[in-house]
Amino acid sequence: MRTVAALDVSAPAQAVWRTIADPQSYLHVMAGITRWEVCGEQRQGIGARYKMLMRVRSADIGGLIEIVEWDEPTELAWTSVTGLDQRGRWRLREHRTPSHPPRTHVELRLSYGVAGSGLAGWLAERLAAPTVADHLRTSLRQLKRSVEHEQLRTAAAARRGARARA
Amino acid sequence: MPEGLTTHAGHNGRAEHPPAPPGDGTASRPGGLGAAGLGAARLLERAARSVAGAVVSRAPRADLDERDPDYIREHLPLLWLACSLWYRGEVRGLGNIPEEGPVLLVGNHSGGNMTPDTVVFTLAFSTHFGVERRFHQLAHNLVVSMPLLSFLRKYGTVAASHENAERALAAGAAVLVYPGGDWEVFRPSWQGGRIDFAGRKGWVRLALHHDVPIVPVVSIGGQETALFVTRGERIASALMLDKLFRLKVLPVSISLPWVLNVGDLLGHIPLPAKITVEALPAIRLREEFGEDPDVDEVYAYVTRLMQDTLDALAAERRVPVLG
Repeated sequence: MRTVAALDVSAPAQAVWRTIADPQSYLHVMAGITRWEVCGEQRQGIGARYKMLMRVRSADIGGLIEIVEWDEPTELAWTSVTGLDQRGRWRLREHRTPSHPPRTHVELRLSYGVAGSGLAGWLAERLAAPTVADHLRTSLRQLKRSVEHEQLRTAAAARRGARARA
Repeated sequence: MPEGLTTHAGHNGRAEHPPAPPGDGTASRPGGLGAAGLGAARLLERAARSVAGAVVSRAPRADLDERDPDYIREHLPLLWLACSLWYRGEVRGLGNIPEEGPVLLVGNHSGGNMTPDTVVFTLAFSTHFGVERRFHQLAHNLVVSMPLLSFLRKYGTVAASHENAERALAAGAAVLVYPGGDWEVFRPSWQGGRIDFAGRKGWVRLALHHDVPIVPVVSIGGQETALFVTRGERIASALMLDKLFRLKVLPVSISLPWVLNVGDLLGHIPLPAKITVEALPAIRLREEFGEDPDVDEVYAYVTRLMQDTLDALAAERRVPVLG
């Protein structure tokens, strides 16, 4: 089952990337996530592993995942090592125009399932889909709020610095 | 070797028995019968012991390798459907269970032979820690002997005995034990908010023997999946079910589809009661009770802790079944 959510963030792609590349931010930004812990020495980049769980109705679903694509600041993808079969992807596309501040189109995809689970698996995937989709949409809204507020704080700090220098 | 270990839907033969109700006469104690009656009673008792031995010997020895992580993983969606749609299961405090190593999970047991609390907890444990983590549940010999229930062994269910529990703990597994066993699981529905281990303390000795932490697991809702009327302990005793099948009870309940359900051997269709389970912080006995903890003190402490949690969970519920 594949679920996708997307929205535009009023910030450059690099600002969005800083948040999605930081494993510490996931518990704050991602809805439904009850666990996102670094496993091993490597915290970021291809090969980094995390133990993640997402609350979907009666259970925390997830497992050990590994980063398999890390193309800063446009693509970040992971795949499952143990637990639920899953593949997730962040896709960032920055739009710059001379007259407007940079905006970034953010897409979050999650494909999931359990191989060999038959009809029950098929049914469970579909019944879980609304909850998962809701988590993804809420996550993107929280990401947008977090990144844009950070942009505003940075801009305000820059203005204060400029005034102080003047 | 620790004694009195009892488990879900049953207990082993060495369990400390629940207090016998007044007037709980048994067929093997004929009282004022004459010599002929006494002889017949002894003959009957010998026959019962013989059958009991046969039942016990048919109980499969625990083969921990029968647990099949791939099978569990493939069936998690089915469990998830049952727990999410039927029981609206909610499990809290899984973070209190140590991340690795052996641990004794001590639960209160509800819901008759359908054991909804076990279903909900097994799903939550398997998804939280992954099916790769060894997890065994101790069950009555009859449960693991029934051909129709053989799939339970793939989930890690093993016959309740000290030997099996020790082997599982020695293998580094998390072991789920229900000390109240059949005594507690068939308590009347109006006693659903009561922890009743019937004084069985083998689990304390087991934890001490292996020096493993205890995690109390408290659940509520199971006793609302049917109307459990009585344990039927007197008739069970009269029929010598204890000697024959290690069953202390012959429960009577009102449940679907039987309406009047005696014994619950064929199970029943559980009402869709909301099941809530809470795992409490781990208790390391020697850290909290000294080098040589008093078994009675530990028992009283853990059961009181569980009763307080059950009271709190009961206070959250507003409507029976709906939760």
